[in-house]
Amino acid sequence: MKPSLRRGSPAQRNTGRHKAPLVWVVMAIILIAAPSLFPSGFSLTLLTQMGTLTIFALSYNMLLGQCGMLSFGHAVYSGLGAYVTVHALNMLGKGAFVTPLPLMPLLGGVAGTLFGCLFGYVSTRRAGTTFAMISLGIGEMVYACVLMLPGFFGGEGGISTNRSVGRPLLGLTFGPAIQVYYLVAAWSFISMIAMYALARTPLGRLANAVRDNPERAEFVGYDARVVRFLQLVLSAFFAGVAGALSCVNFEIVGAENVSALASGGVLLASFIGGIPFFFGPVVGSVIFVLFVTALSGVTKAWLFYLGLFFCVMVLYAPGGIASLFVMQFPVIRARKFGRLLAPYGAALAAGLAALAGLIGIVEAVYRLSDSTGGTRMVLAGIALDAARAPVWALSILVLVVGLVALRFAARFTQARWDAVQEELKAA
Amino acid sequence: MKAALELVDVHKSFGSTRIINGVSLAVAEGERHAIIGPNGAGKSTLYNLVSGRFPPSSGRVLLKGEDITNLTPFEINRKGLSRSFQVTNLFHNLSVYENLRCAVLWGAGYRYSFWHRLSKLGEVNARVEEVLERIGLARRAQAAAGTLSYAEQRALELGVTIAGGAGVILLDEPTAGMSRTETAHAVELIRQVTAGKTLLMVEHDMGVVFDLADRISVLVYGEVIASGPPAAIRASAAVQEAYLGTLGVTHA
Repeated sequence: MKPSLRRGSPAQRNTGRHKAPLVWVVMAIILIAAPSLFPSGFSLTLLTQMGTLTIFALSYNMLLGQCGMLSFGHAVYSGLGAYVTVHALNMLGKGAFVTPLPLMPLLGGVAGTLFGCLFGYVSTRRAGTTFAMISLGIGEMVYACVLMLPGFFGGEGGISTNRSVGRPLLGLTFGPAIQVYYLVAAWSFISMIAMYALARTPLGRLANAVRDNPERAEFVGYDARVVRFLQLVLSAFFAGVAGALSCVNFEIVGAENVSALASGGVLLASFIGGIPFFFGPVVGSVIFVLFVTALSGVTKAWLFYLGLFFCVMVLYAPGGIASLFVMQFPVIRARKFGRLLAPYGAALAAGLAALAGLIGIVEAVYRLSDSTGGTRMVLAGIALDAARAPVWALSILVLVVGLVALRFAARFTQARWDAVQEELKAA
Repeated sequence: MKAALELVDVHKSFGSTRIINGVSLAVAEGERHAIIGPNGAGKSTLYNLVSGRFPPSSGRVLLKGEDITNLTPFEINRKGLSRSFQVTNLFHNLSVYENLRCAVLWGAGYRYSFWHRLSKLGEVNARVEEVLERIGLARRAQAAAGTLSYAEQRALELGVTIAGGAGVILLDEPTAGMSRTETAHAVELIRQVTAGKTLLMVEHDMGVVFDLADRISVLVYGEVIASGPPAAIRASAAVQEAYLGTLGVTHA
C-alpha cells in the first residue's frame, strides 16, 4: 500500500545538529497537560499505563531497534523489578525504612540491572536466533519459578500492596490516581531523556554497529558480545523502572508480569510504533494501551483487531507508524504534501469502508459464538440481529467494495507518491 | 630491520584439506608487501589467519615481535592491525560519518563508554572529518553506507580500515571490480593513506601490484614459492610458470 521505507537509524540524521531541546519541551508540555485535556478517571488510567509502557517499550527498543536483539523475554526484567518493588512497598508499610515511594522505580531499576547481569551473561553470548531462543527460555524459566516459589512471588494470586502506606512526602500520599500519573510522567520524562542520551554515546553507537555487522565491529576493536551485554544490562535497568511504576500503579504484582504475554506485548507495541526511530515505541505504547485497555472495554474481539493491525503493519509498514510520518517530512518540506492529500484521503476512505465491513462480520461471529447473550448487538448505534442474513450480506458487501476500492486507491497513492519523489529528486 | 608482521611456518587445514602449507613471511616496518597467486591459492585464508578470524592449525603469527596467534579479531585490532575485506563489509544502516566514528572510538580510548556524548568528542570527530576528506567522501558524510555506489563503498571500506590509526594494514583486493580510472584513483588513495605504515595487500591487478609494492610474495597451493622485489619476481622462471604465464599477457 505505502512505499516501503528503507530501515535507517536515527543516527543517520544526527551529527552536529541539536534539535533535541525543543522535542523535550514539547514532550514535557504534553505530559503535564494531558490530564487536563482528558480529565476523566478512565483516561487517567490510560495515560498512566501509556507512561509506564513508554519506558518499557523504549527499553525494549534499546535491544531490538538499536542493537538488533529480538527478545521474547523482556518482561522478566520489568516483572522482577515489580516483585522487588512490591516487597519494598510492603516493608515500607510495616514501618521499615526502604526508600520513599517516588524513588521506588530506582529500586526496581537496580533489580532489573542485577537480573540483566545474570541472564544477560548467558543470553548475549550469541546474537540472532540463538539470542531470541534463549530469551524465550529464560522467560519461561522465570515464569515457572514464580509459580514454584509462592513464598516470594505469591503464586497464582500474586502479591498485593498499598502504595499510600508510607509517610506523605511534601503533602503527597500517592493515593489519588492523579498523583500516580504525575509520578509516572516524571519518570517517563527522565527515562526518555536518559535513553535518548545513551543512544548518543560510544556504546550506543557501537550497539548500532553490532546490529548492522557484528563481525566488522570486532575488526575495529569491539567485542560484540560485551556490547550486547552492556546494552542489555542498561535496557534491563529501564525495564525495572517500568516494572516498579506498574507495581505502584496497580498495587498488585502477579505471574502475568513476567509472562510471555507481557514480553510479546512490548514487542508488539515497539514494532507498531516503529523500531528504527527513537520515538517510535512512544507512539506504539499509546496505540497499544488504547487497544488493550480502551478497545477491550468495547469489544471482545479486541485481541483479534490488535493481531490484525500488527500483521498489516509488519506487511505494509515495517518501519511502524513513525516511519509513515517521517517519510512525509521531505514532501512537506518541499511544500508538495498537498498533492498527496487526495490519494491519502481516498486510501483512508476505502480502508475505513473495508474495516467497517470487517468489523460487522467479526462482531457478528463473536455474537453468535457467545451463547449467553442472544444474537442482538449494537454497532455504531444501530441495533442489529447477528443471526439475520441482511447483517451478513451488508457487511460482506461493504468489505468487498472497500477492499476493491482500496486496491485502486493504493495504486493511485503509489503513482502519485512516485511522481512526487521524482520531482523531489529533480529539484 | 625489525619485522612489523611475521608468519612462522603457518599451517591451516579444514578437515583433511590442507589450505596453507607452512607459510613463513616477514614484512618489514613501513614496507608495502603484496601477495599474489592464482585463485584458490589460500590468500584469503592467510588473511583470516593473520587477522584472527580463525586460528591456524599450527605455526605462529607475530605482530611487532608479539605473538598474536590465537587472539580474537578485536584483540588483534587493539594491538595495531587493521584489515579490509574483499566483499564490502560495512555498517550499512549507519551513515558514512558514523561508520568512520565507530572505527575511531576504541583507539581513541572511549571503549564501551556510555557516559561520554559523541558530539562532544572533539578529537574523535576531528579524526573522522580528516579521514572523510582523505577518502573523498566529505560530501556524502550523512548518507547511509548501504546507499553508496560501489566505488564509494570501496573508499569507505578503506576509510574504516585506516581510521583507527593501526600501524599494520591488511588490504584484501582493494581494487576488485573497479574500472581503470577508479583503480588509478584507488592506488593513489592507498599510497596516501598508508604512508608511513606497514601494508600487506592481496591484489589480482598486476598493474596495481607492480606499481605499489616494495616486495611481492607469490602464493601457490598454500606455499610461498617466491618472495622479493618486483623486478626479481617478474624475472623469476618459477613464478612465470606458476602464475604470470597465464595472466601476465593481459595484465603485466
